[in-house]
Amino acid sequence: MNATLSPELGLTLLTDMLRIRRMEEKCAELYGEGKIRGFLHLYIGEEACATGALHALEAQDNLVATYREHGHALLRGVPMATIMAEMFGKATGCCRGRGGSMHLFDASRRLYGGNAIVGGGLPLAVGLALADKMQGVARVTACVFGEGAMAEGAFHEAMNLAALWRLPVLFCCENNLYAMGTALERSESQTDLCAKAASYGLPTGRADGMEVEAVLTATRGLAARVRAGEGPAFLELQTYRFRAHSMFDPDLYRDKAEVEKWKARGPIQSYSARLKAAGHLTEEAFLALDARVAEEVAAAVAEAEAAPLEPVADLLRDVHTEAAPCK
Amino acid sequence: MQMMSYREALREAHREALAADPRVFLMGEDVGRYGGAYAVSKGLLAEFGPERIRDAPLSELGFVGAGVGAALGGMRPIVEVMTVNFSLLALDQVVNNAALLRHMSGGQCSVPLVIRMATGAGRQLAAQHSHSLENWYAHIPGIRVLAPATVADARGMLAPALADPDPVVIFEHAQLYNLEEELPEDWRCDIARAAVRREGTDLSIFTYGGSLPKAMQAAAALAEAGISAQVVDLRVLRPLDGAAIAAAVAKTHRALVVDEGWKSGSLAAEVMARIVETSFFDLDAPPARVCSEEVPIPYARHLEEAALPQADKIVAAARRLVNA
Repeated sequence: MNATLSPELGLTLLTDMLRIRRMEEKCAELYGEGKIRGFLHLYIGEEACATGALHALEAQDNLVATYREHGHALLRGVPMATIMAEMFGKATGCCRGRGGSMHLFDASRRLYGGNAIVGGGLPLAVGLALADKMQGVARVTACVFGEGAMAEGAFHEAMNLAALWRLPVLFCCENNLYAMGTALERSESQTDLCAKAASYGLPTGRADGMEVEAVLTATRGLAARVRAGEGPAFLELQTYRFRAHSMFDPDLYRDKAEVEKWKARGPIQSYSARLKAAGHLTEEAFLALDARVAEEVAAAVAEAEAAPLEPVADLLRDVHTEAAPCK
Repeated sequence: MQMMSYREALREAHREALAADPRVFLMGEDVGRYGGAYAVSKGLLAEFGPERIRDAPLSELGFVGAGVGAALGGMRPIVEVMTVNFSLLALDQVVNNAALLRHMSGGQCSVPLVIRMATGAGRQLAAQHSHSLENWYAHIPGIRVLAPATVADARGMLAPALADPDPVVIFEHAQLYNLEEELPEDWRCDIARAAVRREGTDLSIFTYGGSLPKAMQAAAALAEAGISAQVVDLRVLRPLDGAAIAAAVAKTHRALVVDEGWKSGSLAAEVMARIVETSFFDLDAPPARVCSEEVPIPYARHLEEAALPQADKIVAAARRLVNA
């Protein structure tokens, strides 16, 4: 345990990682049953990143995420049943069934997607931060993306604009080493991602993305600088996804041994072991916690199952603010 | 009434919008110190300061996307892109974010963004500065597409575009910036409706943007030859004003579409398709069109002129149509 973290916060971090894990394990199962369709990108193995990072942010901060954002949406406070209903394509989903797994939004919680164009969220985050700066609002815009996005032009344009205009953006790269099936060293001439980002003249940091407290501490440090008006910052979280890129991916591009090596560093098992060693958790308490999370998942699934479909008569709503003008 | 140029009218519209609403700001390449590539924003930096007349680096994808984000964040950005050709570098942010966010978020997110850009040929700027790709944008649900072709519309379109809670793309034809006309007392613009620029009875010429002056010139020439042409300025390219198109066809029974875009997959094709769908039995002849030749716009003046719709081509097409 980090000396500055309370046992209560430790247990909250563990609980949140477990909630993401169990929710997504259920999603994979439901995908197999045909209840969830389309692309489904699981975050399993990477839970410490969203958990540590989001606990370092404030509720008023903006969050822009990617298509692997189930965990981010959940920890932003979107109810699990609302996320599940969205994946079921139901009217009670957070986007009324328009977005699905890749496009979870909650404007009331300042979650601006769920962006499935790699790099597409970065300029958006710059603009959100620009709006805050111009309106005199002291808020951080956290922009989560994978290391694959760092090969996109959007990354460079967004970093340059944010640094040039000293905008309050925390660029948060979840480096899971593979852009779909392309390994980092096969897509980047500079594999030191902090070195690459640092060329824009902003503070950078790197944390072990398998260790939730390390993520929390690193994010807190950089977010404080951004919040203080020092301009943007870049954080690399080194992590790994245990499952395939999506449910369509046969996962042929990486060694099974490599996957197993990372799985041995699983963020939930390692952190629960730490909490136990520190005397903050017993095996019984862990099992009880897991059972409570299982109940939350079961209730979310039941609610999503029972929810109504959006009427087809409403197909054209929300293309424009006014009723669809294109006839 | 006062004489005003299209450029001055645009500038006045910006000045009014910036003064009226602190959320409005202008962002783009060289909009500040340089005064705008087409001098639309000349003088506005001194008046409104560098925060609100914001020079952006050469990052179309970045600053158009930042405009989308700023709109989400409560501002009312006007993003200027130098030309439609350059806007292709930003197409992802327009098509995959600005146009989609409202629907994809189940109605939660509004993107009250205005994107302005120059379009069109006629200044010997060659192929990478001269194309008309309005139809690319007009294809996309979720955005409104406008093309002011008169000084009044240059003056009047910006305010309602900024008031629209959804993204609006405004195409300013590069040939029109120096156009001088009398600004009418009432220049306010309904950005849902096409405008009849000349009444006529023998055929309707449907056009927009930089082709409007050519169509008006052609209509005048046709009148001398005893052919009465109605000229309809589409001006709202998405959503098209289908009622205005149908009403003109019902009146004149012949339709000619003039579009600086290439014929294949053009806005002209969309207008003709609507006429055939909704007004087939009002037609006395198959609809016709004058478009750009299917070639990248060349540099040399005579080749450029030959590639574009011109008044004489419109006159010839109208005569064929009336004699059909």
